[in-house]
Amino acid sequence: MGRDAGRLSLFLLFTPFVLWIGLLIVLPQIGIGYVSLREKIGINEFSFGLKNYADFFNEPIYRNTLLRTAWISILVTALALVIGFPVAYYIAKIAKERSRAALFLMCLIPLWVSDLVRAYGWIVLLRETGVISTVLLRLGIISTPIEMLYNDVTVIIGLVYTVILFMIVPLVSTLQGMDDALLEAGYNLGGSRFTVFRRIIVPYAMPGIVAGCIITFMLTAGSYLTPVLLGGKNSSWFTEQIYNQFITRYNWEAGATFGVLLLLFTSLVVWAGLMLTGQSLATTVAKD
Amino acid sequence: MPSAPHLRWIYRAYVAIFFLYLIAPLIAAGAFAFNDSLFPSLPWRGFTLDWFFSPTEPKLGLLHDSRLLRGMGNSLYIGLLVAALAVAAGTSNAFLFERKQFPFKSTLYILMIVPLVIPGVILGISILVFASMIANFADRQLGLFVTWLRPGIPLIVLGQAAFLTTITSLVISARLKKFDISLEEAALNLGASKLRVLMTVTLPFLFPAIFSAFIVAFLVSFENFNTTLMLVGSDAPLTITMYDRMVKVGSTPVLNAVSVVLMLGSGLLALASVLVQRPSKSA
Repeated sequence: MGRDAGRLSLFLLFTPFVLWIGLLIVLPQIGIGYVSLREKIGINEFSFGLKNYADFFNEPIYRNTLLRTAWISILVTALALVIGFPVAYYIAKIAKERSRAALFLMCLIPLWVSDLVRAYGWIVLLRETGVISTVLLRLGIISTPIEMLYNDVTVIIGLVYTVILFMIVPLVSTLQGMDDALLEAGYNLGGSRFTVFRRIIVPYAMPGIVAGCIITFMLTAGSYLTPVLLGGKNSSWFTEQIYNQFITRYNWEAGATFGVLLLLFTSLVVWAGLMLTGQSLATTVAKD
Repeated sequence: MPSAPHLRWIYRAYVAIFFLYLIAPLIAAGAFAFNDSLFPSLPWRGFTLDWFFSPTEPKLGLLHDSRLLRGMGNSLYIGLLVAALAVAAGTSNAFLFERKQFPFKSTLYILMIVPLVIPGVILGISILVFASMIANFADRQLGLFVTWLRPGIPLIVLGQAAFLTTITSLVISARLKKFDISLEEAALNLGASKLRVLMTVTLPFLFPAIFSAFIVAFLVSFENFNTTLMLVGSDAPLTITMYDRMVKVGSTPVLNAVSVVLMLGSGLLALASVLVQRPSKSA
């Protein structure tokens, strides 16, 4: 009786999980894998093969877009870590108890603001008639308005801005757990500031660093708005290619191929990151 | 760590500059909603609320801009549906993974987290492709027109719920983990039925987490762009309407007015979720 009830409740709890993961995650992913393997040879006539993938690798524009997206994503992740770490350390270890909570909350504010609003804010600041150009002009520092949008540096600044919070938050929560006695011991044993940083702080913060890097990288590689709005028409971003194939050209076979490649590529990077550092997905990304 | 005073000052200045970098675009997006000019740029021509309230062109205010209002209505509707779905599924998942034992549990747990690491654009196209496959099949084999499987609000709801359910599951699981099982045992010993225990003991304990999961899901849904972009039909939600206007028409300060409303709205909701969670921390 009790066991039957246990089974029944297990079944009832399993149903939503299976429907969700099965219908919204697993089957759709198989679906794009399937579409990526088929090739249109006539109306509702398809043949199957790797031609779409071959097309991708033979077309330098597509290939280079993926490489460019990958390269910028890695650069943005590294920048976010380098810029974010001192801020996270300040919040976790140096700020006074009371200002710590306030600083942490301030870090979270942009998290609640849509990407769209943030990108729009950058546009208002950086475009030719924008705030920065106008102010510099008034101050006499420049003589003609400058267009600061539509170049790679701006795209990178905007991307770092969009993702850096996801780097800082896991870093702060890891660093907060570090006992200051560890640092004192390091100094007492004659370690220089750099040695203490390299041998004590960084190893201690490793789970936070890995979690932050994974989330940051995934978000950057999958981002759409920031590169498109700040980079303009020629931003050559990979998600933009996917959108163009799907919606503008209605070439679902090519679009699905690009989607599969992006997913494989990001999964590969995440997997490599986890392997190199000996972490798992459950201990990094899911750790509230 | 830095002990010399000048180093400490440099460090503080760095942190201050960082926060300036964080806040500057938000101020820029917000401030020009109140500039009495046709363009969101300097010079400052005086304070106005026209971009919120003015009923006439060329300064058509947000409250009279029917397309933006319709977008907001769609976003609200989508957000509430998505949040309800994601919270219901997330609560069920929390009980499944915290209370039940079954084969392949750790593998399935990883599978539950996976939606978080699938880029939103890919989630969008995969659901678009899968839904179209089913719709085409129904059309060709059964002669049925399944319109809700074509791009539109139902697909947007499913697409957003697909990854938000992971977030709600994690938030609610974290709270359920802290639950003292002896409370349930006490209630059962006192003769309460299992359903009664769930309704009067366990769910009230979970309420703060359920509430904040609902708010997080609603906010993320309201602001989602990537997944939505791939699934949007004729009823565009606010982010899509706003994006279209930014790209096609060029921006007017009415977009800044929308930004102000969005920032205030999400700020208040986030505050509400923090306040509801707070007393629970001491418990």
